[in-house]
Amino acid sequence: MAKRIDVSGLTAYYGNHKAIEDISMTVEPRSVTAFIGPSGCGKSTFLRTLNRMHEVTPGGRVEGKVMLDDENLYGSGVDPVSVRRTVGMVFQRPNPFPTMSIFENVAAGLKLNGSYKKSELESVVERSLKGANLWNEVKDRLNKPGAGLSGGQQQRLCIARAIAVEPDVLLMDEPCSALDPISTLAIEDLIGELKERFTIVIVTHNMQQAARVSDRTAFFNLAGVGQPGKLIEIDETERIFSNPSVQATEDYISGRFG
Amino acid sequence: MKTDIEPTHTPAGSPPRLRTRSTGRAGDKIFLGLSRGSGIILLVIMAAIAAFLTYRAVIAISKDEANFLTAFEWNTGTEPMRFGIAVLAYGTVISSVIAMVIAVPVAVGIALFISHYAPRRLATPVAYVIDLLAAVPSIVYGLWGALFLVPHLTGLYTWLDEYLGWTGIFSYQGGAARSLFTVGILLAIMILPIVTSVSREVFRQVPKMHEEAALALGATRWEVIRMSVLPFGRSGIISASMLGLGRALGETMAVATVLSPSYLIDASLLDPGGGTFAQNIASHFKEANDNGRDALIASGLVLFVITLLVNGAARMIIARRKEYSGAAA
Repeated sequence: MAKRIDVSGLTAYYGNHKAIEDISMTVEPRSVTAFIGPSGCGKSTFLRTLNRMHEVTPGGRVEGKVMLDDENLYGSGVDPVSVRRTVGMVFQRPNPFPTMSIFENVAAGLKLNGSYKKSELESVVERSLKGANLWNEVKDRLNKPGAGLSGGQQQRLCIARAIAVEPDVLLMDEPCSALDPISTLAIEDLIGELKERFTIVIVTHNMQQAARVSDRTAFFNLAGVGQPGKLIEIDETERIFSNPSVQATEDYISGRFG
Repeated sequence: MKTDIEPTHTPAGSPPRLRTRSTGRAGDKIFLGLSRGSGIILLVIMAAIAAFLTYRAVIAISKDEANFLTAFEWNTGTEPMRFGIAVLAYGTVISSVIAMVIAVPVAVGIALFISHYAPRRLATPVAYVIDLLAAVPSIVYGLWGALFLVPHLTGLYTWLDEYLGWTGIFSYQGGAARSLFTVGILLAIMILPIVTSVSREVFRQVPKMHEEAALALGATRWEVIRMSVLPFGRSGIISASMLGLGRALGETMAVATVLSPSYLIDASLLDPGGGTFAQNIASHFKEANDNGRDALIASGLVLFVITLLVNGAARMIIARRKEYSGAAA
């Protein structure tokens, strides 16, 4: 049930510091959108406003609108907890629950949403682990702790955990930056498969990765230290990497700054 | 080029220890000598205490005409001596268990409130007041217990007797509430600060990424605590409780001030009577003769052993699910 994200006039603050300013963009369903830009440009902050994780940080607040199809995530009366149940997230560092087994990790989100029969849980866990290309590696040790897997496996476990609850959108905050090249490749292949079912937004520092996995790319930049980050342009990935319409994008991509 | 890519995290387990040989410089040699000396002195002191206690205890037990472990009496003033630790062991364990049952949930609740619920301008003063409780001398707790707590608990005890008296444990015949249960309540208040502040520090150290993992799945604040904070803090809560239990087992003056001692084991926790190791030693030490002192030392040795056993059990609980502990992440 992939959904379209429509952001308009979004500004986010940490206390008095304006982190990102006036961002508007549309993210198409069943596509991969990559956010690139130099450190501190607010791309992770922007990502975290899309499932209302930004406001978890002390002092974090948001102005503007994020429409998920026709529901405003920041509308009055919208519960941030229920937003996060429909917009899943994968983090930079793999973070399986250390006290839970592989099975319990994948089932964790379902158990939050209500009670399930054991057989239902088993089928969802199997489907999610298969969806995360992890099933064959862990099917014989589902009751072992999730923290005992390798870094790349842990990250795929986190993806399985996120997709187990069938979210509308999957946000990924530099999901490969703590992984080796082979694990990175496995995740990138997985992203290509997942976009058949989900709307995917990925923040990455690796421009080759953005070029490999994404359909559209957004470039963020900031005028200087302490200035808010802004969206410079968003376009088809191919265009951004071959013939961007803004000079700053071309400078960044060709390595002239950042 | 600036990047905020973090280095890949270290694998589970502690990093290998660096084996460095002393360079032979004076500073290294002095520091080596000092640290090795401190370690040796600690072991020597421990061994000396154990040897002293055991030696005197053996003398006392050899003169004991009653069964040291099961007798319900303590007559050491005249020959032959008849004394046993049954009442003291029972009283010590029961009052400490009551204290733990009351204090640990409350302390964990306060610690969670300070670390995860309260706004910062409220959390800081609350934490400060709790820490202040730890600085109150135990004799002050004892006086407060005897002069305030004891008269004010009779009402509660009468009520408990009315509704739960049939259990036997909560039967109450009236009179001053100088019972093991009162001691348990007082000990609970006394160990609250240490259990709270250790738990609080553990909860504060829960890695943000574990909490965000739960939040991103759509967990409410309580569910975050249940899924991330409590499992991560589990061994810390156990350690904190053991610190508290250690204090409760050994608490002397407050117990001696509040309890009305006897050498009987009563099913009722509310009626006065009973005793604890530390309280018994404090009450008898001054007027005891040499034989009496040896008998008290023998009882102290038993307390020492109980404390060691409790600590060992706690370590086993912590070690049992080590591969699931947050330390591996």
